[in-house]
Amino acid sequence: MKLTLKIWRQKSTDTEGRLVDYVVDKISEDMSFLEMLDVLNEDLIKKGEDPVTFDHDCREGICGTCSLYINGRPHGPTRITTCQLHMRTFKDGETITIEPWRAKAFPVVKDLMVNRSSFDRIIQAGGYVSVNTGSARDANETPIGKEIADEAFNSATCIACGACVAACKNASAMLFVGAKISQLAMLPQGQPERKRRAEAMVAQMDAEGFGACSNTMACVAECPKSISMANIVSLNREYIGAKLTSNQV
Amino acid sequence: MENVLDAKIPEGPLAEKWSKHKFGLKLVNPANKRKYDVIVVGSGLAGASAAASLAELGYNVKCFTFHDSPRRAHSIAAQGGINAAKNYQNDGDSVYRLFYDTIKGGDFRAREANVYRLAEVSVNIIDQCVAQGVPFAREYGGLLANRSFGGAQVSRTFYARGQTGQQLLLGAYSALSRQIAAGKVKMYTRTEMLDTVLVDGQARGIVTRNLVTGAIESHAAHAVLLCTGGYGNVFFLSTNAMNCNVTAAWRAHKRGAYFANPCFTQIHPTCIPVSGHYQSKLTLMSESLRNDGRIWVPKTKEDAELIRQGKKSPLDLKEDERDYFLERKYPSFGNLVPRDVGSRNAKYMCDEGRGVGSTGLAVYMDFSDAIKRDGESVISAKYGNLFEMYETITGENPYKVPMRIFPAVHYTMGGLWVDYNLMTTVPGLYALGEANFSDHGANRLGASALMQGLADGYFVIPYTLGDYLATIGPAKVTTDHPAFKQVEQEVSEHISKIMAINGTKTVDEIHRQLGLIMWDYCGMSRTAEGLEKARMEIQKLKNLFWTDLKVLGTHTEMNQTLEKAMRLWDFLELGALMVEDALTRNESCGGHFREEYQTPDGEAERNDDDFAFVSAWKWEGPDKTQTLVKENLQFENVKLSKRSYK
Repeated sequence: MKLTLKIWRQKSTDTEGRLVDYVVDKISEDMSFLEMLDVLNEDLIKKGEDPVTFDHDCREGICGTCSLYINGRPHGPTRITTCQLHMRTFKDGETITIEPWRAKAFPVVKDLMVNRSSFDRIIQAGGYVSVNTGSARDANETPIGKEIADEAFNSATCIACGACVAACKNASAMLFVGAKISQLAMLPQGQPERKRRAEAMVAQMDAEGFGACSNTMACVAECPKSISMANIVSLNREYIGAKLTSNQV
Repeated sequence: MENVLDAKIPEGPLAEKWSKHKFGLKLVNPANKRKYDVIVVGSGLAGASAAASLAELGYNVKCFTFHDSPRRAHSIAAQGGINAAKNYQNDGDSVYRLFYDTIKGGDFRAREANVYRLAEVSVNIIDQCVAQGVPFAREYGGLLANRSFGGAQVSRTFYARGQTGQQLLLGAYSALSRQIAAGKVKMYTRTEMLDTVLVDGQARGIVTRNLVTGAIESHAAHAVLLCTGGYGNVFFLSTNAMNCNVTAAWRAHKRGAYFANPCFTQIHPTCIPVSGHYQSKLTLMSESLRNDGRIWVPKTKEDAELIRQGKKSPLDLKEDERDYFLERKYPSFGNLVPRDVGSRNAKYMCDEGRGVGSTGLAVYMDFSDAIKRDGESVISAKYGNLFEMYETITGENPYKVPMRIFPAVHYTMGGLWVDYNLMTTVPGLYALGEANFSDHGANRLGASALMQGLADGYFVIPYTLGDYLATIGPAKVTTDHPAFKQVEQEVSEHISKIMAINGTKTVDEIHRQLGLIMWDYCGMSRTAEGLEKARMEIQKLKNLFWTDLKVLGTHTEMNQTLEKAMRLWDFLELGALMVEDALTRNESCGGHFREEYQTPDGEAERNDDDFAFVSAWKWEGPDKTQTLVKENLQFENVKLSKRSYK
């Protein structure tokens, strides 16, 4: 396959960026998208040109590091992470546009790499159960119905890649925040801090500059881990419930 | 022997060693803990659990990761599960049985006392994770579900679908996040450790590079914990994440920490085969699949050839035309033999010309019987995400046609030598998780890596570190000390030297070559002749590195090529040591299979008279031969026996 790539190049956070055209040739359809970029970078280095910086690590769809906005969609045309996208999805001769996530709360570090530390700060605000090491009781003393455990697991599979934010025209993080709040609200372990958690995480989400829910469900359509809309519904319920009956005095 | 290492194993009966030792350890009183600073490098299962637990105790922790977030460490990719001797299934499990299985699985090359402690604290890990809200798989009655894994005849593996590592890491990450919010952990992301700083022979800090700005910085503390994972990427292709590297451990080695059993690497039997020269990494298919997947190759070479040419499909072969070679050779363990045995047998089949796939380097893992027995929905509930991943990568549907699998480098049992307290040979420098060598001997059993990482971080280091800190006292060393300036300068000079080469070869080109040498001569099977060849080839590559490497850009900016180049140099030096280690160990054990030492039926032939020791290597300087120092392994509780899974 021969492809034309339009890639966002930006030296650093404070400099202006622009799309630059590249051509790659002899691309196998069994290659992953990131392997195609590896080929481009090898070519660029050989030619003495600065290779394209992009975030990636596990390349098996679970670490959440890769974050490319491909042809106007986060992670490209299918609902999987960029690292799992294979070139057989594209046609010979196609032009592919590759940009970083676009959101105020995810500033560009360089080229296609963005800073997602805002997600970490939201979790730090309350996305945990306060239990010190060593103080846990026997695991089977807290039975949890299979249906609830499975639902909590579904919420917990979020990989914090940020595709939901990148997909939303308001750059809202409600799917990400909702997934963690729902997971812990469903489980008995999450009950003592349930209200505090919802209030604190939402406050941090707002402080980081994420927008309000657009209600277009673009996030759900693009999430590579199939986090469902029910998590946003649950977030709204948890937050309003917490505000109305707040434990904070 | 003049040089023998003391592992500081406590006296007393095996089952009482840890409790007695804990009582004997010095404590730091709660008010004094805030006077101590601890550096934790790495934020995977071992690092995050250690950083969180130490911060909960009151120490001031600085935690470092080269990732953009502590939640991305490669522990996250562990699929299958975590072992614990809970005996919830009433199937005869016990702490002693988990201990015994692990010692045997490691082919009697691990330290009894450490492994027993690991089995002992395994039960606390599950309790801790459940309390954090980790959503393990459960039965309808609400209790925890288990499954079985290779090398065991009981069901003791706890799991969260095929994403156990992710859920456990997110649990540890949540505990870490809580401590960051509490101000007890200062988190440094996109920061890579490049060296250890010793003051008066004690580890007192590290030198790092800020990956965004390129700034070289120093950090001082009372102790340094390396939780930096394994070195499987020395093979270029492995199931490790792209950025996994040996740099932190290797630089510590060059400052005096002995490196133990470097040649003990684990080749995992069930990975998706290589498809082309551009391949950047290999993807694991969890060992748990071997509970229901049956592994086979065609009985005849002719059928295999037709399949390779695409003229026959595996579905065309009838039951009696298939060789379920693991079930045939190992009737009592069948498809659930340990990883080294599974991998080696897949290699034998391919060597015989019965491999499948276009390259002939693959065997089948077939789920048709399980689907017939349990239905597609049951199989999908157990392994759905793995089947999807397989289909995404290969374009084939494993519900319809058998998976093609082949062994790939997955885990490294070797690592920094540590004593019973997890301290390396450098006082104040500790190694936890995959970065140390301690618990898996010559082969790790499935679902034991997660167990060890969390055991070290949650339940061992919080006790043993206090003893050391109480001994040295709270007086601080600051980064103004000349030792920090000296190391900073050495790190900067190393970087400048790499930037100045200005040759023609890319980092990946040289790394790929190193990987091929390691795979061919120091991989699934090794010979003295091949290893000697590898020694020369690696030396050539080292020369090529310094004469012809090409790194563009500058070192004062985000520069991913420079990051990779520095890691590659450390891999080249490590690769050379792995070869020396494999040459010295004139026996076959676990993942280390020397063709010269095998039984007539092709099983590994261990030599307990001459090799029941840990090989720890002491750095003697660049271009000097490293010195072998031994730790003799004492087996007081288990009888050394031939490891049989037949």
